[in-house]
Amino acid sequence: MSDEVLVSAERVFRFYGQYCAVEDLSLTLRRGEVLGMLGPNGAGKSSTLRMLSGNLAPTAGRININGIDLLDHPKLAKTHVGYLPERPPLYPDMSVDEYLRYCARLHRVPRARIAAALNEVKTRCGLIDAGRRVIGNLSKGYQQRVGIAQALIHSPLIVILDEPTVALDPIQIREIRALIRELGRSHGVILSTHILPEVQAVCDRVQIIHAGRTVFNDTLTGLGERHGSIGLIVAFRAPPAIAELYQLPGVEGVEPLAGGRLRIVHREAKVAEAIVKASVDRGWGLYELAPERTTLEQIFMDLVHREFDTDGVKTNPMRASA
Amino acid sequence: MILTIAGSELRRMFYSPLAWAILAVVLFILGLIFLILVDNYLNVLQPQLVGAPGAPGVTDIVLAPVLFWAGVMMLSVTPLLTMRTFSEERSQGSLTLLTSAPLSITEIVLGKYLALLLFTLVLLGLLTLMPVSLVAGTTLDWGKIAAGFLGLFLLLASFSAAGLFISCQTRTPLIAAVATFGLLLFLVVLYMSGSAQGTASELFIYLSHFGHFLSFLQGLFDSSDVVYYLLFSAAFLILTIRQLDNERLQR
Repeated sequence: MSDEVLVSAERVFRFYGQYCAVEDLSLTLRRGEVLGMLGPNGAGKSSTLRMLSGNLAPTAGRININGIDLLDHPKLAKTHVGYLPERPPLYPDMSVDEYLRYCARLHRVPRARIAAALNEVKTRCGLIDAGRRVIGNLSKGYQQRVGIAQALIHSPLIVILDEPTVALDPIQIREIRALIRELGRSHGVILSTHILPEVQAVCDRVQIIHAGRTVFNDTLTGLGERHGSIGLIVAFRAPPAIAELYQLPGVEGVEPLAGGRLRIVHREAKVAEAIVKASVDRGWGLYELAPERTTLEQIFMDLVHREFDTDGVKTNPMRASA
Repeated sequence: MILTIAGSELRRMFYSPLAWAILAVVLFILGLIFLILVDNYLNVLQPQLVGAPGAPGVTDIVLAPVLFWAGVMMLSVTPLLTMRTFSEERSQGSLTLLTSAPLSITEIVLGKYLALLLFTLVLLGLLTLMPVSLVAGTTLDWGKIAAGFLGLFLLLASFSAAGLFISCQTRTPLIAAVATFGLLLFLVVLYMSGSAQGTASELFIYLSHFGHFLSFLQGLFDSSDVVYYLLFSAAFLILTIRQLDNERLQR
């Protein structure tokens, strides 16, 4: 990852009438980074991506694409962006080749380059055999691939994908994720999803959005350190007294859990060894020992539910699609 | 860029059977009208007009009515052509392709409009075969014919601009078609009410597009008529551009 900033959005707001879909959102994307936007339905992900792609003007705030202001010079800024909306923008009566060639020309790919670009993007998205087929006759998964191909045809610096793996089968999902990872090496990718494992599989950084606000923004590696302490889940056939566990080096807390399990909070990784040793020496009969990880899912549920609790009962905001 | 969009639009128009059906039906009916008029001219009118000084010729008796009927038919057919332009793209979500490409809204609208004009030219090109077929038997007043065709082209261009604007208002092509037809018919009614006895109003006649078309059919090339059509079309195109621009900003 380099320090070159490809996208920066500062304090962006978007209102639909009275309803605030995106509130005070800031975002940066660097070259070589895959940013995942995670959020429940109606959180404002799509609205954000539509603003970043220049399809929707923010009510307030600035968006810079590769150093160009998107609102002042939309035409120039858009040349650097490839965008796949929620519904792929396809013409069902065109053939795949014809459609992609049209997209290339709309994005001002030089005529001499079009054939090569077409070939490259078709190879990448697994569309080599589908070139002559009419888009309307393709399956949903293939249509989605054409949609992705359309976003890549002009090899943009920034690729914005709104739920790219929707409607794909597991094998296709793996292929597309690999493609996104690959793109993330040389370009910058922003993708939205509500599938947690997807973020863990492909993203370097995750921004969780809830009810239009950013509630979490960090790298995936920084995730474990920031949230919660590290714990071990253990179970014994002959559990010792809790005080006895506290005497082991490194143990900072012991909580009984359901089913006779114990959660041991610690700082050092050596604690596991100490527990095993003590169990053997003193005949506790250890039969389960598992490290506890803070998963993205935990954080997600934590954040989203905390929001709901503080705001009281909140009806699911209407999905904003105009 | 405008040409790229127009080319693709025109090609897509011909992918659907609609464009072919429209061309076939319009030409079949106009062909029949043409045939009836020629027949009527040969068997009834020609013997009566022989020797009469200043008598109207074939151009006035046969071709002007054909062009008039072409205008009347297109009043109901243009809405079918224009209904898809924006409303279908919007319901399919494919408009995003154009709006996220490095294009201005003006280029998008003009591209689509140009495609409609090209289709109109195809239709007019086929229509010119009718006067050409008469060349074998008679002499024609080509100036008058050219004026008539120019008038028809301008009339259809104004229909298209109005249709484009209305198509941009809705997601349902059918509603766009009905609304466009309503608007075009309303302008005809304006002409009728403007020329009705007692309520005659110059303003109404000026506003309706048919009044301007009729003078072209008489072979009159009045620049004020041309200006009317250019203004009419430009106004609707600008409204369309404004509308699409607003959509990005508001709602």
